[in-house]
Parts: sequence; structure tokens; C-alpha cells
Amino acid sequence: MRYNYRYILLLFLVCTAAACSKDNYKAPASILKGRLMYKGDSIGVERNQVPLQLYQYGFGKVGAINGDFSQEGLYSFSLFDGDYKLIIPNGQGPFLWKTDANGNPDSLAVTLRGSQTLDLEVTPYYMLRGATFTGGSGAVTANFSVIKVIADPAVAKDVERVTLYINKTQFVSGADNIASTDIAGADITDPDHVTLNVTVPATYPTQNYVYARVGLKIAGVEDMIFTPVVKVQY
Amino acid sequence: MKKSFYFIALSLWTCLGGCKKDSDFLEIPPNSIVPTETVFSDPALVLSVLGDLYNRQLAFSNFDQGWRSFGDFSESFISDEGAYDIVQNTGWGYGSWGVNWKDAYTYIRELNLFIERDSASTKLSAGDKARFNAEGRFLRANYYFELTKRYGGVPLILHSETYDYKGDPSYLQHPRAKESDMYDFVISEAEAIKDQLPADQNDKSRASKAAALAMEARAALYAGSIAKYGATTPGVSLPGGEVGIPSAKAQDYYQKALTAAQSIINGGAGVYKLYKVLPDLSDNFAAIFLDKSSVNQESIFITDYKALSGRTHGFTTNNQPFSITDEPDDAGRINPSLNLVESFELLDNSFAPLPTRTSGGKDSLYTHPQDIFAGRDARLRGTVMVPFDTVDSYRFKGATVDIWAGYLLANGSIVTAGNAADHDTLPGTNVKVQLVGEDGPINGVRYHTQTGFYIRKFIDPTIGSGRRGRGSDVPWIHYRLGEVLLNAAEAAFELGDPGTAAGYINQIRQRAGFTVDLLPAEITFDRIVHERRVELAFEGHILYDMRRWRLATKVWDGAATALSDLRSNIGKADKRSTQPWGLWPYRYYNPSSPNNGKWVFREVLPSKVTGTNRFTLGNYYSFIGDDVRAANPKIVKQPNQ
Repeated sequence: MRYNYRYILLLFLVCTAAACSKDNYKAPASILKGRLMYKGDSIGVERNQVPLQLYQYGFGKVGAINGDFSQEGLYSFSLFDGDYKLIIPNGQGPFLWKTDANGNPDSLAVTLRGSQTLDLEVTPYYMLRGATFTGGSGAVTANFSVIKVIADPAVAKDVERVTLYINKTQFVSGADNIASTDIAGADITDPDHVTLNVTVPATYPTQNYVYARVGLKIAGVEDMIFTPVVKVQY
Repeated sequence: MKKSFYFIALSLWTCLGGCKKDSDFLEIPPNSIVPTETVFSDPALVLSVLGDLYNRQLAFSNFDQGWRSFGDFSESFISDEGAYDIVQNTGWGYGSWGVNWKDAYTYIRELNLFIERDSASTKLSAGDKARFNAEGRFLRANYYFELTKRYGGVPLILHSETYDYKGDPSYLQHPRAKESDMYDFVISEAEAIKDQLPADQNDKSRASKAAALAMEARAALYAGSIAKYGATTPGVSLPGGEVGIPSAKAQDYYQKALTAAQSIINGGAGVYKLYKVLPDLSDNFAAIFLDKSSVNQESIFITDYKALSGRTHGFTTNNQPFSITDEPDDAGRINPSLNLVESFELLDNSFAPLPTRTSGGKDSLYTHPQDIFAGRDARLRGTVMVPFDTVDSYRFKGATVDIWAGYLLANGSIVTAGNAADHDTLPGTNVKVQLVGEDGPINGVRYHTQTGFYIRKFIDPTIGSGRRGRGSDVPWIHYRLGEVLLNAAEAAFELGDPGTAAGYINQIRQRAGFTVDLLPAEITFDRIVHERRVELAFEGHILYDMRRWRLATKVWDGAATALSDLRSNIGKADKRSTQPWGLWPYRYYNPSSPNNGKWVFREVLPSKVTGTNRFTLGNYYSFIGDDVRAANPKIVKQPNQ
């Protein structure tokens, strides 16, 4: 029997053409990004510790699309265009997120048609302002002021402690540090002028700079609020 | 003619034969399935069904789940590449410690069916029926207790339910019960069934009266402490009460815990005694977990195993010391941490780090490497194998565990090797010698200790139990009198009766070799926490204890454990313990010194430990899967997740 190669070629072409149909989705291409803001100031948090969630109706399941803020308070999602609702779950973040009458987090409607930048305005319990870092003689000194933002006695919280962290890399937090010093909230006499000083331990390999930032722990709130990371020569 | 007669006869026979009733032909009793009525007519068959239900119980750590369930929380380090993630992660996902809800509620449905079928049975004797009923209810209550530890309130389903295939499953969707209702259920079930169960201390692998009371005491204690200490984490609660218990209920729960525990202690459920058989107190402590004979009147409820029967486990195989292992390349996984070892007290009731340095900051020198552990709680050596402990195995009688990390030279430098077979010369000699113990410690070498310790608790000294083919038949103890006493002590302490608490806690401590009793004034919350940690180490309590006291966020706070953290605040309930440290022995080498050959010790953070334990508020109650909440919208989310 003689093969008719034209039929085989035809079969091949049909299969190829059939496979070209919509058998898959394009990867999500719209970027939703933004940062945590309070009156024009960005809010720093610990990386991967403060979550935010996106919900989308109409697909049968109730699970969230989970994301985290970076240590500068940035977030970003790659999404399909659509209508989403954004929340920060209760008890997360060093700030108040609005809640509804039942105590559930109030959602922010996001209509995504192409990439979008959406900054999230939140009210932190405290702000750390005017932070300056100076290095010298094997130590790093930080000067800053602690400003109470939420003064309503029903929801206001005390300062548990304020901590100066330093690290060899630019990830600086309670989990990522080579040294830290803290001052308890009760020991702060002048919130407008707080000074913390930390000795830099020996590092290997030796480097003449560290990254530093100050974090504030609010009593009863898990996540700390941070100043921006600064590179300090010492 | 004759031919046609045969033909007619054959046709008649065929036709008449075919007249048999269809049902007689088609309905043959299956011989691979035993019908429900048959099972529930014979106590032996019911017991075999019940045996399956017993085998499917849930526990945090147990031998069927294997070594990994013993490995977390900085109480130990696991020397196995497949488990380094435990010490390299920087926390736990919200779903950690959860169970598969489909499996869980399948099991609950089968328990409900068992209880219903047993009640409906007409052929069982009244005594059998009552006991089976009580056992089914015990398993169900114990299972709901396990779920409550993980999730708080869950749907409390007490009858088997069947879908009607009409397209609307909403009548099968039940909301979560309140957390307090879950504990109330466990307590009331225990009260209801305790008198239907035998009050016999030799009934260990089936539910007994004491098992029901021990469950009640533990559940009531958990509820009491969640009510009391939950107030320190107000964010960990739900408005519907599915998570969190009002603090006003604490006293009532503590009272119930104390009453239930006392009825076991005072002999109301059989003769239970602390195990005090062997003269060496450490051996005696280890034997509590090994002795299955009637001499052991301490264990109350166990999951039993039997050698050479197919029902064995590999705990000894997986965790025996490497140098004497019976199974090539299977050993040494669970390495208790220095964090745990140093928390065992000195015999004068005081806490102290292991004395590795003199007051001048120099290395302390020891003639014998075990001297550094002298004068401590006997439970230390009963729980942990320290360097040069003597162990028997199939291949070696009375072998010593060869744990030492190298030579320390006079100039302070260290000579060591990557494994025990790599012999080399020491400075000034030309003879090649062994430079590191056969058991390590060497960083990153699996199945050798990496902390300087091995686990002793549950390790089976029976010849051959370290082989995979034979396996070990050491039982898993769910409830034992030692824990009941500690539950009673904690409940009494929380009720403001430190005298009673001291009485119970001192019984435990006397067995551990303490000669000076604690005074009532010395019973503090720290003491209660400490005593449970050392007595119940590796028995699957630490996570739930730290959760119910709401200490987990303090002890596992995510910051690295520095050496100064390790050596300070020993015995404090909220002492940080986020990374498992080790203690490595070195041989001092300086032929010209009288100290040559003596031992020094260094605290070492094993190099594989790069993460820290961070327990967040969202970890207090495990995540309920989105699939579960999609199938049943009445299930509310856990707080802080």
C-alpha cells in the first residue's frame, strides 16, 4: 500500500489549526499596585507579614487572592481585568482599616481595566517622623519623634516599645537584623526627641555600612510600623 | 420412540428446573461484605469495627505519623535533609496543624453510625451494648476535642446525616459551634459515659473510666486556660464565640478539671500509681513509656502495637543512635535541643544553664564528659541521650553513644573532620587518629546528631526493635497519670489553692529525684509551665499548651535566639525559644598540660538553623480551608487570618 502523504500533511495541518483555538487563557497582564499611605506619607511595615486580600465574585469559590506588603509598604498583583474587592483582614497591620457594622473589614471596590495604581489610605496608630540616622565609632544613632495619630480613647493604643534595627542587607526588621536596641514605651519621656543607639557587631565579610530603620511596636497589635530603610556608614 | 422420550424428559427437566424463583437465583448473600445486622449481633464482630475506629484517632504526635511530628518548636532539631525546612522557615502557615475536614467528618459520621447501630441492635447483651456505646461516644468526644484544639468551635454533628439528592444541600450545612460549647460537650459526654466503662487499670488500649475522666480533666483545663489567658489576646476571638471563651467561665472549668483529675488520683476509676519500679530514676522514667505489663499502673489509655504482627512502628528505627543502628542508613533523626536540655532543673530546685564557662569566662574542663549534666532532674537522662550514654542494640551490647565534635588545641583552635572515618594527625604527632565522634555532631550530616543529643524517650531497647523488618511495639500513651497530676496541680493553682497544687506537683518531682519539696508559696505559673514542659516533652503537648496559655506569640516571637537569650531566664514561662541550639563536646588536646584529655563544651547553633519560629496571632487557630467554606457558607473565618 502506498501512503498518500497529502492526507498525512492535511491531518497534521488540521490538528495544528485545531490546537490554535482557545484552549488556554492568556497570562494575567494587568498590574494592580500601590502603597500604604497616610496623608502623603508612606507607611513601612515588615516584609511578608501584613497581608491584603482580593476577592472576585462569580466563580463559585470563596477563596481570596492573597498578597503581602513589602517592607516599604508596596504591593502589586498581576490580574485579569475585572471587578475586585480589596480588604486587609482584621487584626493585620499597624493601622486601622475601616470595618462595617458587623466588624468585618470594609472592602474597597477595584474596577480593573488595564494596569492601575491604587494607594491605600490608612490611619496608623502612630507615626515615626523626622528620623535621622548617624553612624560613627562602631555605632549607629537614630533620632526621631513619635507622633500619636489615633487619639480617640476607644481605639487608641499605647506604645509597647520602639526599636532600632540594623542589618547587613537592606531587609531590616525584627526577623532580619544583626543588632537592635529598644526602649519601652513607658520610658519615653519626650516623644518629640527620641534617641536610640546601637553598637554594630563584627560582620563577615567586613563592610563599612549597615542598613538601619526604627520600628514601633503598638501594644496589642502584632505588626510594627517602620521608618524607611536608610544606609548608614559607620 | 425411545429417542423422543429422552428428548421430552430433557425438555421437562430443563423447564421445571427453570421454574426456580428469580429471587432465589439472584439474591445470594455476599461473602465479602458483612451486613450491619450480622455485625451488630456478635460482640466479636462489633469489636473489630471498633478496632478500626480506635486506629483512626487523631493525636498531634504519634508513632503512625512518624518522626516529623516530634520535630518542631525548637524542642528538637531533625537531622534529615527532608526536614531542614522546619528550622529554615520563619514561621508557620495559617493552615499548619490542620486536618482534612473531609476525612474528619467521614470519621465522625462513621462514629455516629456506629453509635446508632449499636443502640438499634437487638441481639447484643445489654452490658455489651452499653460498653460499645460508651466507647463510641468516648472516641467521638475525644475527636471533637482534638478538632477544638486545632480550630476552636467546629460544626457539632451528633447524628449520621444522609443527602436526599434533591439538589439543595443547605440542610446539611451546619454553622460552627461556640468554642465553649465544644468543651462543654466533651465534659458532659465524659460524665455521661464514665460509669458505663470499666474502672480497671489493666484496660489500657480500650476506653476505661479513667480514660474518660482524664479526657474530661484535660478538656476542662484547656477551656479554663483559654477563658483566663484568652483575655491577654483579645484579638483572638470571634463575635459569635466560635473562638474564645468568656473569662467569667474560667473558674468553673478549672473546678471541673480538678474534680475529674482528683477522682482518678483518689482511686475512683481503678488503681493508678506513678511508675516507680526501677532503682535508677532516669531508667525508671524511660521505662514508663516502654513497660506494657500490669506493673505499669501509670498509663491510662494507649494505642498499642505488637511486634511481628504487622502492627508496629519505626520510631526506634528512625531515631536510634547512628553508631549502633540496627538498620544501615536509618537513625538519629530527633535531636533534642539545648533549649530543652538546660531547662531541666538542678536537684536543689534551681534553674541554671549548663556550666560551660568558669566565672572568669574560660572554658570549664571536665574529666568525664557526663559530669556537666550531673546533679540535674533525673528526667533529663530519661528523656535525652547525652554524649557517651550507654545503649544496647541488636548489634552492640552496652555500646556508648560516641558524640564529640573534635579536639580543642591549646591555642584555642579546633581540629575536627567531616566524618568519623577521616582520621588525621594532631599537631606534634604522626599517628592518625579519629577526630570526631561516630555519632557526630557534624553540621549537615544526616542521621547523626547535630545538637549533641539524641532522644531517649520511646526508644525501644528490645533486641531487634531498630530493624525495619521487626519494628518496635512501644505503645503510644494518650493519657497517663503523670499528666493527670499536672492537670490537677494546674487547676488547683488557678483556683487559688497552691497547697493542693504543690502536693500533686511534688509527687511528680519526687519521682524525678527531687528531695526538697516545693512549698505552696513557690508554686507559680512559671513552675506549672516548666513542669509540663520537662515531664511531657515529646508527648505532643507543647503546641496546645503554648496556644491555650497564649504564650506562643511570646515564646516563638520570630527574633533570633542569641546565646545570651539561651542562657538567661531559664524556667520562665515566656522565655524566647525560636531556634534549637546544640551543645558540642570537645576533647582538650595539650600533651604538656595536666588538663590534656579533659572535656570542654560549646553552645552551638547548628548551621542548618537559619530560620526562626514566628507564631502570629493568626496561628492560634488553624485555617479552615476555602474549599470547606465554599461548600458551607455558614462556616465563619478564623480571626487574624
